[in-house]
Amino acid sequence: MQQKKKNPSEFIITKTIQVSGLSSILFVLLILYFLLSEGIPAIFEVPFKDLFSQRWYPIEEYFGILPLILGSLVVTLGASIIAVPFGILTAVYIAEIAPKWLAEILKPLVELLAGLPSVVLGFLGILIVSPFLRDGLNLPTGLTAFTGSLLLGGIALPTIVSISEDALKNVPISYRHGSLALGLTRWQTIWSVTFPAARSGILTAIMLGLGRTIGETMTVMMVTGNAPVMPESVKALFLPIRTMTATIASEMGEVASGSVHYHVLFLIGMVLFIFTMVVNILASLISARQLKRSERILS
Amino acid sequence: MSHSSNVKSNPSFKKQLIFEKLGFSIFTILTIATVTPIVAVVIYIIYLGLPAISWDFLTSMPQDGMRGGGIWPAIVGTFYLTIGTAIFSVPLGIAAAIYLSEYAQDNKVTQYIRLAIINLAGIPSVVYGLFGLGLFVIFLKFGTSILSASLTLSIMTLPVIISTTEEALRAVPQSFRVVSVSLGATKWQTIRRIILPQAIPGILTGVVLGLERAAGETAPILFTGASFFLPRLPGSPLDATMALPYHLYVISTQVPGMPVQIQYGTVMVLIFFVLIMNLIATVIRSRARARRQW
Repeated sequence: MQQKKKNPSEFIITKTIQVSGLSSILFVLLILYFLLSEGIPAIFEVPFKDLFSQRWYPIEEYFGILPLILGSLVVTLGASIIAVPFGILTAVYIAEIAPKWLAEILKPLVELLAGLPSVVLGFLGILIVSPFLRDGLNLPTGLTAFTGSLLLGGIALPTIVSISEDALKNVPISYRHGSLALGLTRWQTIWSVTFPAARSGILTAIMLGLGRTIGETMTVMMVTGNAPVMPESVKALFLPIRTMTATIASEMGEVASGSVHYHVLFLIGMVLFIFTMVVNILASLISARQLKRSERILS
Repeated sequence: MSHSSNVKSNPSFKKQLIFEKLGFSIFTILTIATVTPIVAVVIYIIYLGLPAISWDFLTSMPQDGMRGGGIWPAIVGTFYLTIGTAIFSVPLGIAAAIYLSEYAQDNKVTQYIRLAIINLAGIPSVVYGLFGLGLFVIFLKFGTSILSASLTLSIMTLPVIISTTEEALRAVPQSFRVVSVSLGATKWQTIRRIILPQAIPGILTGVVLGLERAAGETAPILFTGASFFLPRLPGSPLDATMALPYHLYVISTQVPGMPVQIQYGTVMVLIFFVLIMNLIATVIRSRARARRQW
């Protein structure tokens, strides 16, 4: 029992660990503080009406961020149309259908895609995907919102696959046994028992995948053609576009710190921060609620 | 899977079995269609990139406005940035994970910490870049430097390291803690001598995966430490540096008339780096699993 006496080094270590534990809160607050302190001035420097106008042309003091927000939304929507169905079916296949050896091969391949730096995907987009689309669809340029969506789909895919797969794996095996014992086939079991039970986990996966897509920078900057125009119809998908992230990345290097343009770029950062924060909190609420419900059912 | 014969001969069940076969086949084909492009891309890059790699390419400076020479300063820069990120994020991340797994009570503060970690993990990389510019480059006056970029990347890497380390610590059975404390060890002695050694493989996996992400990032270092071209290697942490991912961005969008060979060579080196890190993480994980006694 003598060792249990408080010695000073143990005390210091414990305190250090406690402070480190709080560091994430500190960093989130710091990030929020810097975004606010550099972004809020933009609201006073640019009239509200102009900020939500349809023209982004900073050299002549046009700071309409609407085309950029819509640009991000169009690309994200396009990416989710690709990544959500393919991601979910791949997860179902890996978790429920594939033989074990095949699942063990497929999983690292999906992880490999997650590990590819986004700049590599952008590079492949420029060199392979965009010429292919330009010639195949007979477009004036291959650097379009659609090209961005296609590649961003690849970025959202691993997130959706791995989290959905976990959700499916977490469904108790007894559910499947019960269903099979009642005479349902494995295929019926997947769609009438396993998948519905994992529904909220899969929803979380989709949300987190979308969160990654909205925030993705390098790939979209490299392949979407960088034209800040308002998307007006479905045709906009096959025209160049500009997202919020790409705008910050391509313009921040050239602006004077403290200028109006600088503040507006931080304001865009703030909008992005809020977007992703809402998506992430919603995703974690969905999975937390599911946890509580399953605890209730299984207890 | 054996069903009794009367179920098997039931015509509606037979129909369901045909549905099942059909469904399984379609899913097999679609999954292969989803995964094939990943394999194809990696093979394609290796096929075109490998011939571009030579000792000279790896160890010489870029020449002729990047259109010739090698990528040595970019390799060195990425190495520095990765080390710098590790110095800040590994101790802090592990300490934070120890707090969450061993000290934290189930209260409001812990909930806020978890919310903050989820948030940090979701913040777009370019927003980290803005933050790094505001705090490290301008406010703390570190300038565009390896130090600013490493600190920015560290904060971005933190959530990955914290969550994987916490998972590894929690996987150590509770009985280990109970026995150690009952033998008279203090809490810290228990953590230091019993729990950490058991959790090391899991922690290492998380660290490697976190650093792999940091090494491949471009957006956070764009305005905090990356440089287009430098005639010599960085001499101190307060110098700006070239980096592989940023270099790839530069040579694939900013330099007209860039030889494709050098581009593929650069991608190859970057992918090689990622593959090696991935492989290390996988090996650590599977070896630890095979050796685990509990």
